[in-house]
Amino acid sequence: MTTNEAIPMVSIRNVHKSFGDLEVLKGVSLDVRKGEVICIIGPSGSGKSTLIRCVNALNDIQQGSILVEGLEVNDPQLDKLKLRKKVGMVFQQYNLFPHKTALENIMMAPIRVLKQNKQEAEQTARELIKKVRLEGKESSYPGELSGGQQQRVAIARSLAMKPDVILFDEVTAALDPETVGEVLLTIKELAEEGMTCILVTHEMAFAREVADHIYFTDRGVIVEHGAPATFFDEAKDPRTKEFLSQIL
Amino acid sequence: MDSFYEWFKILYDDTGINLPFLYDSYDRGRMFDGFLMTIKLSVLCLVFSVIIGAVGAWLQNSPFKWTRRFVNGYIQIFRNTPPLVQMYFFYFAIGALLPKIDNGYGGEMPILGGFAWAVISLSFFAGAFNVEIFRSGIEAVPKSTVEAAEALGFSRLQIYKDITLPLAFRVMLPALNNNLVNLVKTTTLAYAIAVPEMLYEANQIWSDNVNVTEMMIFMLLAYFLLVGILVWGMNRWERSMKIPGYG
Amino acid sequence: MKSADHKAEYQSNFQGGQKVAYQTDMPVMMTPSPKAGPSFRFSLKPWHGFVIAMACIISSGIAYAVTDKAEASIFEVLVRWMPLLLEGFVFNLVISVCAMGIGTFVGAGLGLGQISLNPLLRKFSWAITQFFRNSPWLVLLFFSMFLLPFEFKVGDMTIPLPDWVKAIIGLSLPVMANVSEIVRGAVQSLPSGQWEAAESLAYTRRQTLWLVILPQCVKRMLPPWMNLYAILTMATVLASIVGVSEVMTLTGQALAAEGGRTDLLAPFYSFILLLFFVYCYPISRWTVHLEKKFAVIN
Repeated sequence: MTTNEAIPMVSIRNVHKSFGDLEVLKGVSLDVRKGEVICIIGPSGSGKSTLIRCVNALNDIQQGSILVEGLEVNDPQLDKLKLRKKVGMVFQQYNLFPHKTALENIMMAPIRVLKQNKQEAEQTARELIKKVRLEGKESSYPGELSGGQQQRVAIARSLAMKPDVILFDEVTAALDPETVGEVLLTIKELAEEGMTCILVTHEMAFAREVADHIYFTDRGVIVEHGAPATFFDEAKDPRTKEFLSQIL
Repeated sequence: MDSFYEWFKILYDDTGINLPFLYDSYDRGRMFDGFLMTIKLSVLCLVFSVIIGAVGAWLQNSPFKWTRRFVNGYIQIFRNTPPLVQMYFFYFAIGALLPKIDNGYGGEMPILGGFAWAVISLSFFAGAFNVEIFRSGIEAVPKSTVEAAEALGFSRLQIYKDITLPLAFRVMLPALNNNLVNLVKTTTLAYAIAVPEMLYEANQIWSDNVNVTEMMIFMLLAYFLLVGILVWGMNRWERSMKIPGYG
Repeated sequence: MKSADHKAEYQSNFQGGQKVAYQTDMPVMMTPSPKAGPSFRFSLKPWHGFVIAMACIISSGIAYAVTDKAEASIFEVLVRWMPLLLEGFVFNLVISVCAMGIGTFVGAGLGLGQISLNPLLRKFSWAITQFFRNSPWLVLLFFSMFLLPFEFKVGDMTIPLPDWVKAIIGLSLPVMANVSEIVRGAVQSLPSGQWEAAESLAYTRRQTLWLVILPQCVKRMLPPWMNLYAILTMATVLASIVGVSEVMTLTGQALAAEGGRTDLLAPFYSFILLLFFVYCYPISRWTVHLEKKFAVIN
């Protein structure tokens, strides 16, 4: 689960983000190394979803810098296409394309964006469907799948782009408890294979088991961070302790 | 086939029900031409009005204030004024301002005839409604789905083509069908500028044969059938476009 | 955490109640809804008037430029004929109000017939509604003009049916069909829970209809009904084609009286367009306002 390199894959430095007059991120900095699994936890409104949406340029930032494998996100001349080939994202609401089958959902981006040919893309897509344990559902439309199944298709869809890092935005929050497990298992397998993951999550047990590093945010700043072993048991900041006592 | 038509002559002789557009070949030809003209008008207006709708909806999102205002002004004017007066305005007022060309007989005729103006006028009329329909269809596509496509690296044009339009189309289809049916009914207005569509030809026939009752009933039945077939066809198309698993 | 909570937390936790740009919505097709905008103010926005005025001015300007300046100016002519045209327009409005009244009355009956428990009545009402809905308005107008007698006898009295009365009857036919559909649609859009609740309170069907269902339907029926009225008002000009003397016929006569000057065409027709716009646009804005208001209540 951990491989270290000198230069971080994702480097977030002093990021400030406001929505109009409201400042949501007030100087956030963190590093993610290749192969690491980072979990960001915190109360509602602390800015964690906003933060990871800044990493793949879905939100713009007012100040600071985000470097993804050397590519500066806070650059007006940013080549968004290049960035999004490196960074994949899985959303809380899956956001599958409802008019395409599961297989087509996974195939679409490689064909249109990466300009792969259809056979190649289809083969990759079929392998990915197997990987997320959804054989037999290739021709199903999203409306015919359960939440957990849709989320796994969404994960496969991101994987088809062969990203270097995947962002997970509270991906199990909208799921029924029974289906949460299958999605978490998929993410765990990805992590074990060495994929760099940044997760925003409330699943503490999962974070403890899978994460290499945990960050706790509150009201736009990172209050505390640490390895799971020390973080959950030896939290120092009172805010952290209060949050953990409510959750655990 | 002739005996089929002959039967109607016998019907006339026996009962007085006069259907000359069936037994008389000249009237038959006229009626059929009128029918074809109605179809031509409907198809052309449909195509142009859909194009106007798509372009208008796109222009409504323009960053330029005056473009947006122009499109909104166009919509409000064409939706809140009678289509007949619009047609007169196009045909008489604007038509009179355009240059005239030699019609080969030494006389002059306007460069655009009644048919052309009818198509132009009705297309703009139906187009104004279509802009609203397109806009609401595009707005019905959830932003989050578009965002997911963005996150995958799709360009704006690709998103519009592969995601927004197919999904918007399914939302728009019932309203577009309704508009099409109204369009077919509105083609009768072309009568007022002497375009030889079905109503005009029926008028000619009943002026010649003084059989208004039969012609009127036939017209009502004819449009009823035409619209009925259209509605049926559209319903079938709507059903075939349904996405499994959705409402 | 469910998505509704998520959305709520975003909206409640950002101080000052600022709207967040990012919202999580369920990924289903949203039903098209009117854009949230400023609430209805019964006034034309300046830019509307500007657009119309521009249209009139430009077309008149072009016409003026090609006119022989010895003739009376366009504006003078228009002002001279305006009283007559306005009278004609009022006549159009009279026709529209009468046709709307008759059509609504009969159409409401047809609509109730469409939801009747008697299958024969139901089918009959449905057939009539569909028949008149699918017919072009102009054809129905011709139908009534030609096939209604010009007078009819009741006992000793002969009641004459002038052209404009026949036009009113002709226009009330499509109104009747559309009102029938509006009524049926409104009744069917009410949740079946309302019927069940009334039934369990031992209301008869008639009581249910008149005390529970229809009062609730009135609100739903109002916006499409008003929309229909606007469409009907615009359709009254069709009467000019069948010879009724209303604003379009008068315009034609005025233009002929002025010697068929082609430069007058654009201004006169623009004026007619303006009249209808000034009448129908506020109606359509009010309709949108009502729709939003009732959507919130529902």
